[in-house]
Amino acid sequence: MTKSELILRLAENNPHLYQRDVERIVSTIFDEISTALARGDRVELRGFGAFSVKTRDARTGRNPRTGESVHVAKKSVPFFKSGKDLRDRLNDRK
Amino acid sequence: MTDQTVTRADLSEAVYQEVGLSRNESADLVESVLSEIADTLTSGETVKISSFGSFSVRQKGERVGRNPKTGEEVPILPRKVLVFRASNVLKNRINGEAGGEDDTDDGFSGADNGGAPQQQPDTPPPMGSGTPYRPGS
Repeated sequence: MTKSELILRLAENNPHLYQRDVERIVSTIFDEISTALARGDRVELRGFGAFSVKTRDARTGRNPRTGESVHVAKKSVPFFKSGKDLRDRLNDRK
Repeated sequence: MTDQTVTRADLSEAVYQEVGLSRNESADLVESVLSEIADTLTSGETVKISSFGSFSVRQKGERVGRNPKTGEEVPILPRKVLVFRASNVLKNRINGEAGGEDDTDDGFSGADNGGAPQQQPDTPPPMGSGTPYRPGS
């Protein structure tokens, strides 16, 4: 399922809304999550999962092709941990 | 900096501010979005949200684990796990680089900069305290 398919499905289930509004709703949600992560905040959606930001220290990497060592700067990476309910559902435990 | 937690309530509030719906309906829609995604994943289908990331289900085989406390060997049954892969747009935003505004999604998705020197972000990301790693659950 892609974002546009998600929008279509929601629009079908909410015939009283304009598709344009459904698009804005979906975009707002993901934009809000992204903005929070960019701020370094955590996003916790009980039952679904939690998004957080982890830091990766600077390290000396190696170009696997040439073997040359390069400096890899410290960086932050987004991380998602699925919520217990969703994890259980995936494994038919609910 | 802040190091706060954003919840469903904040997402509903953002939807409420952005679209002219009631607070109740905004909350319902946030819930619908999450449950549509969850249902799709439960059916085994991948969910791709451009310029955000993709969620997919991965099947893990059985393996022998060990109770770290007692050292006892226990079988870990085959199971399904949910993996999230952030898009480059999101990764860049988190590192304070000009995030692509549009859906210039994963143009080079597979290339996880294999050791390429990365530019130092102007401002180090605000991390009050590194997220503690919690093993298992």
